[in-house]
Amino acid sequence: MPAVRGGPHAVLAYLIRRLFAAAVMLVVIILVVFCIFFLVPKWAGVDIALNYVGKQAGPDAVEAVRQKLSLDDPVVVQAWEFIKGIFVGRTYASGGDVTNCSAPCFGYSFKTEQAVWPVLTERFPVTLALALGAAVLWLIFGLAAGVLSALKRGTLWDRGAMIVALAGVSLPIYFTGLLSLAIFSYGLGWIDGEFVPLEDSLTGWLGGMILPWVTLAFLYAAMYARITRATMMEILGEDYIRTARAKGLREPVVIRKHAMRSTLTPLLTMLGMDLGALMGGAILTETTFSLPGLGQKVLDAIQNQDLPFILGVTLITSLAVLIANLVVDVLYAVIDPRVRLA
Amino acid sequence: MTDTSKSGAAVGEPTGSSAAPSAFLEVRDLKVHFPTDDGLVKSVDGLSFQLERGKTLGIVGESGSGKSVTSLGIMGLHTAGQYGRRKAQISGEIWLDGTELLSADPDHVRKLRGREMAMIFQDPLSALHPYYTIGQQIVEAYRIHHDVDKKTAKRRAVEMLDRVGIPQPDKRVDSYPHEFSGGMRQRAMIAMSLVNNPELLIADEPTTALDVTVQAQILDLIRDLQKEFGSAVIIITHDLGVVAELADDLLVMYGGRCVERGPAEKVFYEPRHPYTWGLLGSMPRLDRDQQERLIPVKGSPPSLINLPSGCAFNPRCPYADVPKDDVTRTVRPELTEVGSKHWAACHMSQEQRERIWTEEIAPKL
Amino acid sequence: MSDKAKAKAEDEAVTIPAQSDGSTGGATLTEDAAPGETLLKVTGLQKHFPIKKGLLQRQVGAVRAVDGIDFEVRSGETLGVVGESGCGKSTMGRLITRLLEPTAGTVEFEGKDITHLGVGGMRPLRRDVQMIFQDPYSSLNPRHTIGTIVSAPFKLQGVEPEGGVKKEVQRLLSVVGLNPEHYNRYPHEFSGGQRQRIGIARALALNPKLVVADEPVSALDVSIQAQVVNLLDDLQQELGLTYVIIAHDLSVVRHVSDRIAVMYLGKIMELADRDLLYKSPMHPYTKALMSAVPIPDPARRGAKSERILLKGDVPSPISPPSGCRFHTRCWKATQICKTTEPPLKELRPGQQVACHHPENFEDQAPQDVVLLSDAKEAAELVAEDALAESARTSAAVAAEAVAAEAAAPEAEGAEAAKSTEAAKRTETAKKGTKDAKSTEGTESAEEEPPAKEK
Repeated sequence: MPAVRGGPHAVLAYLIRRLFAAAVMLVVIILVVFCIFFLVPKWAGVDIALNYVGKQAGPDAVEAVRQKLSLDDPVVVQAWEFIKGIFVGRTYASGGDVTNCSAPCFGYSFKTEQAVWPVLTERFPVTLALALGAAVLWLIFGLAAGVLSALKRGTLWDRGAMIVALAGVSLPIYFTGLLSLAIFSYGLGWIDGEFVPLEDSLTGWLGGMILPWVTLAFLYAAMYARITRATMMEILGEDYIRTARAKGLREPVVIRKHAMRSTLTPLLTMLGMDLGALMGGAILTETTFSLPGLGQKVLDAIQNQDLPFILGVTLITSLAVLIANLVVDVLYAVIDPRVRLA
Repeated sequence: MTDTSKSGAAVGEPTGSSAAPSAFLEVRDLKVHFPTDDGLVKSVDGLSFQLERGKTLGIVGESGSGKSVTSLGIMGLHTAGQYGRRKAQISGEIWLDGTELLSADPDHVRKLRGREMAMIFQDPLSALHPYYTIGQQIVEAYRIHHDVDKKTAKRRAVEMLDRVGIPQPDKRVDSYPHEFSGGMRQRAMIAMSLVNNPELLIADEPTTALDVTVQAQILDLIRDLQKEFGSAVIIITHDLGVVAELADDLLVMYGGRCVERGPAEKVFYEPRHPYTWGLLGSMPRLDRDQQERLIPVKGSPPSLINLPSGCAFNPRCPYADVPKDDVTRTVRPELTEVGSKHWAACHMSQEQRERIWTEEIAPKL
Repeated sequence: MSDKAKAKAEDEAVTIPAQSDGSTGGATLTEDAAPGETLLKVTGLQKHFPIKKGLLQRQVGAVRAVDGIDFEVRSGETLGVVGESGCGKSTMGRLITRLLEPTAGTVEFEGKDITHLGVGGMRPLRRDVQMIFQDPYSSLNPRHTIGTIVSAPFKLQGVEPEGGVKKEVQRLLSVVGLNPEHYNRYPHEFSGGQRQRIGIARALALNPKLVVADEPVSALDVSIQAQVVNLLDDLQQELGLTYVIIAHDLSVVRHVSDRIAVMYLGKIMELADRDLLYKSPMHPYTKALMSAVPIPDPARRGAKSERILLKGDVPSPISPPSGCRFHTRCWKATQICKTTEPPLKELRPGQQVACHHPENFEDQAPQDVVLLSDAKEAAELVAEDALAESARTSAAVAAEAVAAEAAAPEAEGAEAAKSTEAAKRTETAKKGTKDAKSTEGTESAEEEPPAKEK
């Protein structure tokens, strides 16, 4: 067979295909969230409009709200309006009361009547910073610990690292979080522990983020260390590692250039999935450290059945996860030439 | 590492002082043992041989006979994949061009790997790194031992690919191993191992994973390249046909030991060990008229942890009762010279073996 | 003394129980299919594996693993199938045992069309057709005892053998040369050769008529291979089994087979009686394949004079070459080979060949003499002696045919009155057919080695 290689065109086509799939995915997510929030209460006999205006309001007020939010329309129409709002904005009209919501319009909170989008833009960067910072930390430490353990298999270092890793995997976030706060912030007083916005002070921001980062990263670093160790040991037994040694390469080069690159692929696959699951951990961490991220807001929104907020957060995190997975896939293709045209 | 491990000079064996030998490659009393939870695996247990430049030695044996471990031991790769675990134990002497490898500085041995001695493996797909192009891998092999820039090294890689018969080498140099066919991969592997003009080439089952027509191409290539480069070649295989094509000398291994060694013609036409007879009788041959029945060796290869006492082959040997006093089951036979440069390790007398071969075995082959 | 050497273990094991008990097995087998009758008939068999791509899984092509083959297996014989990896021989094995659904064509077993039988319809046939697999390590469930593995066919078929399952399983174990006491052991306690014996015992449990063995010895060590080959031999004689043995090793196939099919890219290139095939192969591919086998004889080292090296690799079965599939690597290929697919024709009794320009026989397309450029390249890899010999034998056969035609005009191959110069040389050539090599007739040796000149 002739050598068919992934040229720039193939990569572009691949990206376009993936982006298209991501867009379809987002629409499906919106529909599913809509169904859950509109159909489930209907089956349960709960009136959303009533919920929204409060129990004391009269039927007129309820009806007005229902009209304003077009709650009588079919779910699909509502979802369509919602999606349209994101791209071109939308207008809420109820009687003489007209509200213009310019694009990107994610609607208004049922409870506080706040516009959703500004809250998202204000809070999302904190969550993103927490997640990305933690990911970088856990990748560095997880990989390093795993590789060292694999190379020094059976030694004291290996056993020690694996015990710490086991602890990391089994301890819940609020435990490690509170423990680290107790030790480093209240006990030793090394770190303030208060969140400071990045615009105000870089060092202050770093100081506020470091404990959340470490706490969140600890859990994942532990898992990654164990996986790295197992993968690395398997790779070291591969024939091509023997070939690399037979060429006369120095051992560190064999590890770095030949073994490490193969070890990365299964880790990347894992990373793609973990970035999705990360939101749960991030919410817990944010509540533990009182960070002004999405976490706190999401908990409130769920308690209050605040659909616009839940939709907004779901969408923005889904988008983040889809983009992260796209990046992971592209990285995968860069690392492993065999998946380039898949 | 010194003479302590030697069990006295076996008759006709190239032992003696540990002074540098005259042969290009000389292995003396090589032992490679792997400690495991079940016991000590004696993969190679006292192996000696010599090899000159421009000559080919064939090492023949079944799985678990220690033939691959021998080659890894020479290359210093026997511990591969054994990180941190209980280390493989290696003893004896390996002299390569006047240097004893087992007592030499490991970094010096590393520098010899790839430059003085190179290796071709059985499965070229798994032996080449899947993430690097063929060119990158050959360039790397060249630049370890030559201080040249990448461009020069790449030119060298293209030249080598051309030499081993890969069409359009300037294009194929940028292909990945999975884009090559099995035969092309093995050619690329050969190109990589020969890029530094090594004086010793070890080919471990180089054609076992290949189809027969491709095997013929690769054997042809190895033969031509050896003529051209004048290297010493060790070819390790279970296929007597393959060694007959290439080898000048033959070494038959069983249970980690050498049972017969000599010039290929001698071992093929006048074999003096029952195991060699068994191998010859087991294989159907295209060059003879149809045999009525094959003459298999009964039983299975021995466990390397619990080798049978005495002659390791005795439980499978149809002639185990020929020598008197149960000696086959109690005493390990030493290699004795049975002809010019021809050794075999068997308790039967020369005359007995000659008679059995000419009267009972040869007519049935 | 040397008789002892003959794997006495399995010899005894096979004969003793088979005599005591196996007579019933043997008898029932030979009853319903007399030796020599057609047991299995395959017509136009095809298997294309679709290649699907994209979200909608559109079919963008197909791997033509088996692409139209015809053959018969006669009761009591062994048909060997050889070819290189990717030639479709294993797929063919799984088609005739109906582990795969054919894309086209028919499979008839004992005259009954079984091509499209469902699982239920195949059930009774599973008793008659059994398979032995290549890898004795992965084809046995590691969590089951040998007893369970070998008795599984009884349970699946709901058969209660005489004397109980356990007794029957122990009998089978001793038939294949294993200790019946090992009934309760697990596969990992056995060596590769012993595991292959277990696989054979399982296949024999229901007294099958046809056993299809896919690379039965290629995973085994040389000395063990011979044990298993001999065992298969013995079982065939004792139980009157019919085998289809698929293997890549030409020497093993020659040893076990009565007739041999050579496959290349999903097609049968040559199908012939064993001795005819090995003594005078007609298809150039068969010849190349055989010349590639390394001979365990140092005296013939680098016997380049007889060697035919094929250039390049086997083309992709996704888009096989037009016409004759071998034409891209054949040193005799001409235009007709590129355009017209040669049919599998019985050129000589017991030898079917699909070739326009066969070896050891008169040319089937003598008018077409201009070699393809590929063929010229390929010819450079063919030893001159081999070319010369091929030309010589072809001419000899042609001449013989001409002579035969003169004697009896209705003789087969009448159209082969091809070359006048061949007719002239009838006498020399006649000798040549008997022993082509000894005829060092210089004249005929010079005769048109077609590849070299053009």
